[in-house]
Order: sequence, then C-alpha cells, then structure tokens
Amino acid sequence: MDTNDQYGGRRRIPGRARLVMAACAAALTLTAGLATPLDPAPRQAAAADDGKKVLTVAVAQSVDSLSPFLAVRLLSTSIHRLTYEYLTNYDPEDNRVIPGLATEWKSSPDKLTWTYTIRSDSRWSDGEQATAEDAAWTFNTMMTDEGAATANGSFVANFEKVTAPSPTELVIRLKKPQATMTALDVPIVPRHVWEKVGDYSKFNNDKEFPVVGNGPFVLTGYKADSYVRLKANKDFWRGAPKFDELVFRYYKDQDAAVSALRKGEVSFVAGSPSLTPAQAASLRTEKNIRVNDAPGRRFYALATNPGARAKNGERMGDGHPSLLDRRVRHALFMAVDRKTIIDKVFQGHAVEGAGYIPPRFSQYFWKPSAEQELAYDPAGAARLLDRAGYRKNGDGERVGEDGKPLTYRILCHATDPNDKAIGQYLQEWWGDLGIGVTLDCLDNVTDPWLAGEYDLAFDGWSVNPDPDFVLSIHTCAALPATPKDTGATDNFICDEKYDELYARQLAEYDPEKRAGIVKQLQSRLYDLGYMNVMAYPNAVEAYRTDQIESITTMPAKAGNIYGQDGYWSWWSAVPADSGDTGGGPSSTGVVAGIVGGAVVLAGLGAFVAMRRRATAEDRE
Amino acid sequence: MTADAASAPVEGTGAAGPAKDGPAARGPRVRTATAYPRYVAGKVAGAAVSLLAVLVTGFFLFRLIPGDPVKFMTGGRQVSAEQLAAYRREFGLDLPLWRQFTDYCGKALTGDLGTSYQFSAPVIDKITEALPNTLLLTGTAFVLYTALGILLGTRAAWRHGRLGDRLGTGLALTLYSLPSFWLGLLLIITLSVGIGPLPGLFPTGGMESGGEEGLAYVLDVAHHLVLPVVTLVAVEYGQTLLVTRSALLDEMGSDYLTTARAKGLRDDLVRRRHAVPNALLPTVTLIFINLGRTVAGVILVETVFSWPGLGGLFYQALSVPDLPLVQGLFLVFAAAVILMNTLADLLYPLFDPRVGR
Repeated sequence: MDTNDQYGGRRRIPGRARLVMAACAAALTLTAGLATPLDPAPRQAAAADDGKKVLTVAVAQSVDSLSPFLAVRLLSTSIHRLTYEYLTNYDPEDNRVIPGLATEWKSSPDKLTWTYTIRSDSRWSDGEQATAEDAAWTFNTMMTDEGAATANGSFVANFEKVTAPSPTELVIRLKKPQATMTALDVPIVPRHVWEKVGDYSKFNNDKEFPVVGNGPFVLTGYKADSYVRLKANKDFWRGAPKFDELVFRYYKDQDAAVSALRKGEVSFVAGSPSLTPAQAASLRTEKNIRVNDAPGRRFYALATNPGARAKNGERMGDGHPSLLDRRVRHALFMAVDRKTIIDKVFQGHAVEGAGYIPPRFSQYFWKPSAEQELAYDPAGAARLLDRAGYRKNGDGERVGEDGKPLTYRILCHATDPNDKAIGQYLQEWWGDLGIGVTLDCLDNVTDPWLAGEYDLAFDGWSVNPDPDFVLSIHTCAALPATPKDTGATDNFICDEKYDELYARQLAEYDPEKRAGIVKQLQSRLYDLGYMNVMAYPNAVEAYRTDQIESITTMPAKAGNIYGQDGYWSWWSAVPADSGDTGGGPSSTGVVAGIVGGAVVLAGLGAFVAMRRRATAEDRE
Repeated sequence: MTADAASAPVEGTGAAGPAKDGPAARGPRVRTATAYPRYVAGKVAGAAVSLLAVLVTGFFLFRLIPGDPVKFMTGGRQVSAEQLAAYRREFGLDLPLWRQFTDYCGKALTGDLGTSYQFSAPVIDKITEALPNTLLLTGTAFVLYTALGILLGTRAAWRHGRLGDRLGTGLALTLYSLPSFWLGLLLIITLSVGIGPLPGLFPTGGMESGGEEGLAYVLDVAHHLVLPVVTLVAVEYGQTLLVTRSALLDEMGSDYLTTARAKGLRDDLVRRRHAVPNALLPTVTLIFINLGRTVAGVILVETVFSWPGLGGLFYQALSVPDLPLVQGLFLVFAAAVILMNTLADLLYPLFDPRVGR
C-alpha cells in the first residue's frame, strides 16, 4: 500500500472502507448500549436483581437545594418530609394535626408559651438520639442566621425565644398569639451534624451521603437533574417502609415520563402539576396502570382588581373603576358558566368552585348558602348591570355614565392552556352581556400583576392543611408599603371586616372555633367578589399496580399521592408480589445483545473485505 | 439553526472571497514574513473584543427579561418582609445598577461567575457539573453527523442526479426538517417502550440508571446515549450533507479534474484527492460553527430525553430569571462560538493558502 507514492506517500484508507469504518463506529456506539445491561428496565422498577424492592417515581422538577434551610420547591420539601421529622404531622385521613417529633403540646393561658413534648423513640440514622435540643437549635439558628432563614424564616418571625429545658421538652415563647403553632412545617435537623456548617446560605447538603436524618427514609444519593435516591429507615419509630428503596427519577418531558410508566421503568408519574386529560385517557385503557384522579389542593379563581393601593394610601395601577361596584363584580361572575369550564376545559378533571378553600380540607371547607350563591344566571347578570347603571346602547355595548363602552383586560398566563381556553369562553359570555374582553396572555405576569395593571386576572393557590397563609394574602397588612415596594398581597384586597376576622382566627387556639371563623372569612371573601373561585382542579397521577399493590392517598377516601403533607404515600406503599414488569426485559436484553453483536461482527467483516479489495485496486 | 445553515456556506466563501481577489482589489500587496502572525493577531484581538462585548451585553440583556427573581423564588409561600430584604441583599439586587455591573465585571474577569439564585451554588459548579454531560451527547452526535454528512454529501455530489443522490438527499432533507423533539418522542414510543412485537430496547430518558460503577456505569451511560444521539444525528447530518454536496458540485466542472482524469487516475482518487480538498472550505466553516454550538446543548433533545445538560440548565435559569446563572451560561456559550470561529479563521490558511496572505 505504501507504494503509491505517485499520489503522495501517506498511507490512506480507501473511501469506501472509511465509510464502513464510520458505520462501524456508529454501530458500535449504538450496539454498545443495546448489548450491555442485561436487565435494563426492571432495575429501577420493582424487584431488582438483589431482591431489593425499589419504588421509582418520575418527577419533573429540579431539586433547588437539599438543605432544609434553603429548599422551597415541592420535590425538595417532599424529600425533607421523608428524611427529617417535623414537630407535627397531618393525619392522612382528614388532614388533622397529629404527633410527629412532638408527641403532645400545650399552650399557656396567656397564649404566648407553647410547650412540646419530644418523643424519646426517634434516633438519627447515625445512632444518636433526636432530642428537644435539636429542635431548639434548628429554630434558634433560623432566628439568628439570615442564611438559615431563607426558606422557612416566616415560621419563626413571631418567635421570641426557643429553649429546651430537657431532652424531651421544647418551649417556644411567642411575641403575640399564633394559632399555627401546630403547623410548623420545619424539618428538625441534627444539631451535632449541622452546627459544623459554616455558611447556611451556601451549604446544599448534597456532597456527603448518607445524610443523617430521622424520617422514614434516609437520603443516600443525588445527582443533579438525574435522580434522588433514598433507602428505607428500618428503625423509623412509626414502622419501617415496605419498599427498600425510593428513587425519584427526573423526566423533563411529561410524555416521556408517561412512556416510562407504560414501559415499567417507573412505578409512578405525578405530572407537573397534573397529567393532561389526553394522557389520563390513554393510560386508563392500559393494563396494570391505575389513574388516580384525586381532588386537588388548588383553587382556580378569577380575581378582580379592587382599585389597587399601597399601605400608605397611594393608588397603584389602572384597574377599571367600574369594578369598584360590587354589583358589577357579581354580575361578571354570574355570567361565568362554571359547569362548562369543568366539562369542556378541564374535561371533568376538576370540581366546581365554591368557597376559597378546596373541599379536600373538610375541616375548613365552606360553601355559600342558596341565597348567597352567585349561581350561573346571565339574565340576572344583565339585570344587575342595568341596575348598576351600565346599560346597553344601540350597538349592544354596555356603557357607563361617561358614555364609554365597558371593556376589561384579563391577565392570563401564556403557559397555561386553561387560562387561554377559559379566557375565550369569557369573551363569549361577557360579549353576550355587551362587555368587551381583551386577553393579555403573558409569559411572565408578575410585573403587571404587582403593579396592579389589570382589570381581572386568572389566579390560583395551593392550599396547606393550615389555611393561615392563603388567608393572610388578602389582609391590608399584606399590601406593599409604597407603590414601589412589593407586598405579600395577592390581589390588593383590603377590607376592614376581613382583617378583623383574620386576626381573630390567628389568635383562636380552639380548632373548632377557629374553623368557624375561617368559614366566616371565606363567606366575607365570597361576598366581596374580588376572588371568584371557578374550580378546584384535580391532581391527576398514575401508577403501576403490578409494582405498587397499595398506597395511601390523602385524604384517605379520595386523595392524591404526590406532594402530600406528610410522608404517608411512600411510607405506606406496599410492593406488588409479581414485581415483574411484563415483556421479559432481561430476555430482551439478551436478544438485543446478540443482534448488536452480530451487527458489529458483520460490519467488521465487511470492513476487512473492502479494505482488501481496495488495496488490490490501488495496486493496479 | 436554519439561520446557521443558510449563513454557513456564505460565511465560508466570504472569508475566502476577499482574500482571493484581495491583491487585485486593493492594489499590490507585498508578501512579508509577518503576514500570518499579523493575521493571527488580528483574529485573536477580534475574538477578545467580541468576548468583552458579550460580557457587557450579557449583563444588560438579561436584565431586560421581565420578572423579579426574588418574587419568583418566594412566590406561593409565606415570606416576611425581612426575608424579602435578605434575599435582595444576598443577590446584590439592592445595589444600584452600576455597582452590580462593576461587581459582575470585576468578578467575571477573575473567573468568579457568582452564585446561582435558585440553586444557592456557585454558577461555575453548576456549569462544570452539566458541561461534560452536554459535551458527551452533542460531541458524540457531532462526530457522527459530520462524518456521515461529509461522506454522503461527497457521494451524492459525485453521482448527482442519479437515483441514489435523489433518494439520499431527499431523505436527508426530510430528516433535517423534522422537529427534533417530535422525532425523539417517536423513537421513545417505538424503540424505548416497544411497539407490537418489538420490545423496548432503550431507556426512556436520563443519562444513567443510577448506582452503577466502573464498566457497568460506562455501558449504562452508552445505553442511555443511543436514542438522543440517533435523534441528533438524524436531524443534523442533512445540513453537512447539503453544504458538502453543493460545494463539491461547484468544483465538478473544473478543468483540473479533467486533467486529473486525463492522467488516468481512478474516479475515486480524483474525487478524494483533488475535488474534495478544494470543496471543503464551506464544510470546514460549518464544522466549526457546529462545534461552537455543541456547548450550548440542544434544549429540545435534552428535554425529551431528560438529559441533564446545559440546555436544560439555561432554560431553568431563564425562567426565574436566575441572573448569575444566565449570564454565566451566556458567557460560556458565546465564548465557545467565538473560540471555534477564531480557530476556524486560524485554520483556513491551512486549507486554502490564499487566505491570510
């Protein structure tokens, strides 16, 4: 071959052979994968080869941080629920407060001192005893270190002093009464591990595994945007989980996650925030897959601008003045056909809206009485508008006293298909009333929202078992200090009567009485007409029944699985006996391996043959 | 991407163009021994200026994104006014814009890209964590689609107009115009889940099963790599094929090829040793552009296959907006493109001695 110096002396590989080589390289890359893992699928799914029962959950969210002082995302806080105990927990039956790290608690007559009894049967995974001292240290660190207050600082904002007089006694002294003291969703961390951390604002708790904890699972591995791995804590005081391992695998694309469920690579798909109606429908027909269409914890509302103001009284934004008339707000909502929205937009995966708090939280759920209810009644809405002075002109447009036709801007999330679909219905329904509607669908609605530059807006919040937070965002105290500031307010609502009720519920320590006040609050909010709840979207999720035999939903009767307030679902999940994902993946691997090997061999053979022929040609 | 495809060949010949008729157009030029070093110095200086421009625009560009990072990070949960203030202090957002800018520039020049808002981790750590994953995916795909594109492109041009060319070019065009996420999903449904008698052969997503070590880990990653690479190669090779094909077609009628044939050279050798080297310049340009792009990752393919790469990280950073992370990634992406373009500029003289003379 070297003899062809006429054309340059360097040895060259004939073109066709190069093509074959490239093909071989490609084939090798491809078949390497094919040929290797002889058990591709079942490893993550149910019974792995070493007999371990592994529960794999497909999640779409990235972990923001694994430090309980920094994490705020649902996935991360769910992992903390699984790996650390909180003082209290919520009953999966009905969301009522039940013991966690604390076995019981009591408040002083002046309502300012809370004493918790800490259980003595909870051990950290490194063998140390979990004590009241750990809890006191956790709260004190959050109170004194700004970095440690990043995620949960609001829980300790009203704390004056936290002490641990004995290993089983925790005492919290408050500045003013606070009814949410049994809903402190703060992971208690082991002091002996965490006091060595330097800067809490930078420490992400994701370098050394296993992470010392005392929850039902121990965090044993994490790789960003790939997986989070946990193993069962066999010594957990409430009893060991039934699965040996729990893996959260990251699927950015929901269709891919659904495919993984179909194949059996994962046991559970949560959806973010929910499976689409199409995905749910296609999974329903699948064998061994159960779709859990559970009442959600969100409400989906139509918010109206109440004439936004800052705390200093300065006006903000440009909300339509006609919306200051309660009759107009009520008329608008009366022309919204909630049933059509449930049937057509949510395709049945939602419940018709009533009060502010979803029915899932039965303790606090409220719905309007028959005479109070703003039922769907377009004719009544038209009459109400007439009475308010907005009558139809010759062109069928409603005009006010200034002679200008009514036109409203609705702020909508461009990323939410429901917003857009409902917006189109509103254009139609309100159009019939003679009201014009412009949909402002934006990728980022925060800027106009915070500036109060909207007439109406699609709004929604996830509600916690303790409703204090979602109620607090409609108080006058939540308004921004000046128009330049950002407040905690949701929709600039500021109502004296509401504020008075809000303060009363926060100081009411009797759960029944407090629930009563919370219901009055919702009634007031309903009458004001600034927050009109249209629906409670369901949480639609799915799991494989050949991998998970049973799992606890929350609430027990009809509830969701992913993102519960507590560790109930994964702690209670019972592996199915079969464990096999069907389709015999291990034999698949063998077949694939043989095929792959054959392709590589054939490629090599062809390569050698062509090389020889080419060499012969070159010699001519 | 389409814009790249269109501009690539033009840019390639553009670089060579002025040089070809440079002497005639600008009057006689004396060749000196310093010509190439001066050419190199000019290109490197140009790259440095571009990089500085990127540094500055990156800062201001992303501050135009609507949305307040603090509001995004604290949305949907209870935060006190003190916490909000602490966030702003922590992120440096309470400082005047010019102070933020000088801080950012000063730090960037010393290699400190700041701390990500949402991950509370150094930006450089987040980037170095995801960069190898992206390079593995896009690099493997790059090698394969470039090789495939050049090989098939030269063959298509050499036998242009024949059935093979028409089929091959048609197929390449068809695949080139497919949305990559759609093709990816299709591959997942057929090859990953399995369809009919075909069993599921590949994982549905991710880069690893987790927990493997050593050789088993390498093979596991290779197994996960197959479908995303196939998707990328299928969608990308057409571009190289078309550029190579058209460049070679331009050379096909040249006299020197007739001469080469007249010498009695085999057709294969005429193509390989005479035609292809002369037609390679546009392809080289394209290769370097693609090489620069490999760093930026491929958001859609990374998303469909849940690949933990830079593309996905960039998307997450933009949605906050996580300013330090966005700026850091922007800088890295731009630097890669600038570096590769400069490298291409420096290499042109080797392919075409007329360049840089």
